[in-house]
Amino acid sequence: MTALVPLSLDVNDERVDAYVLPRLNLADFLREHLKLTGTHVGCEHGVCGACTVRINGEIVRSCLMLAVQTQNASVETIEGLSDGGEIADLQAAFRARNALQCGFCTPGMLMAAQDLLKQSSVPGREQIREHLSGNYCRCTGYQAIVDAVEATAQARVGRVP
Amino acid sequence: MKAAAFAYARATSVVNALELLAAHGDKAKVLSGGQSLMPAMNLRLISPELIVDIGELAELRGIVVGGNVLTIGALTRHVDLQKSPEITTHAPLLADAIAHVAHPAIRNRGTLGGSLAHADPASELPACMVALGATILVCGPGGERRIAAQQFFTGIYETALSPQELLVAVKFPVAQKGSVHFFHEFARRHGDYAIVGLAAQAILENDRFADLRLGFFAVGDRPLLAEVANKLIDVDVTPALLAEASAALSNELDPHEDQQASPAMRRHLARVLLTRCVSLLLSRPELGAGATA
Repeated sequence: MTALVPLSLDVNDERVDAYVLPRLNLADFLREHLKLTGTHVGCEHGVCGACTVRINGEIVRSCLMLAVQTQNASVETIEGLSDGGEIADLQAAFRARNALQCGFCTPGMLMAAQDLLKQSSVPGREQIREHLSGNYCRCTGYQAIVDAVEATAQARVGRVP
Repeated sequence: MKAAAFAYARATSVVNALELLAAHGDKAKVLSGGQSLMPAMNLRLISPELIVDIGELAELRGIVVGGNVLTIGALTRHVDLQKSPEITTHAPLLADAIAHVAHPAIRNRGTLGGSLAHADPASELPACMVALGATILVCGPGGERRIAAQQFFTGIYETALSPQELLVAVKFPVAQKGSVHFFHEFARRHGDYAIVGLAAQAILENDRFADLRLGFFAVGDRPLLAEVANKLIDVDVTPALLAEASAALSNELDPHEDQQASPAMRRHLARVLLTRCVSLLLSRPELGAGATA
């Protein structure tokens, strides 16, 4: 029974069919099988947030999900959000404010930040910090990240940051 | 690290899940949201031979209010509890606590049943169940069992569940007139496991506690319903009485030592939480003066 399991799902709006081992987690499936290496693998136990992806519209840790659990699901990775232009303004704000240095946490940060901006149009700084609390950054000290998210939120409602 | 190899079965019904558990016993592990099980497997703390995935059993999901009882299905996710008007109205303690359970991406997957079955002594929801006087509903080969939350948690990651049983729901009374609650925890980072925490549910009558249930967590091998609460019921709480209760609390706790805190620090923080809780619930700020963490 440790044999390969058939799997069908949507990844960034493309149908994917594969056979996977039950032990394969979603992050490794995306990176190793689909070569979508924007999803990063940091701690592999749900603490760092670098592997954050969207499943059926909600952010999750892809290191804490088995690939086989995504049967019939719709998975969106940072490649999907980036190529589709959904977060172009957020990415520009990250660049403008030096909200990244090494960039390892950035895909997860963008995923979590966009999730907040979809739920709350103009979140306060405390709310931003709380929503990003599950994403570690070891370079920036977070201040610039919070600045970038706050500026994007204000720009999206038409306020000049 | 990555999980060791295992076989995988997607349960098609509760009956099917019970059949799989009956056949494989303690070699199998139930997977619901996976937010506790997957880290443990990735860290190779456990290596089950079979994973029984109950994630698609819709009958285990949902929040129902009937009469004075709230019933929550085991597969109800943390985010469902957080967004539920029924929880906000009838179990405000749980609504407060959920905001402290991990982070948004984890609350989107983690389930109430999974958290309770995992029984981490530092996690919030087991302590809430103890404070709320919840009953845990469990299905097994012999039918259904109902276990009081206080009897359910038996040690670090240990519960009264047998390997053949499945946690299916929890029930507890809705908050009644005069109900007040308190939730607070100390943690290094918002959403991390608590260094020490307190989930408390009380009933006030004429500025006194008619009932007070104090569920401490991360102070021992399981959530603790503190007996010192009884000293504070049906009396006028004076600073001297609260100091006496606070001293007695220390003797009830059996905190562990780790890189975050010593047992002495955990005892101190628990006493601070007790004092803050009592002063806040009674709206008597003078009782909490000097309770600094």
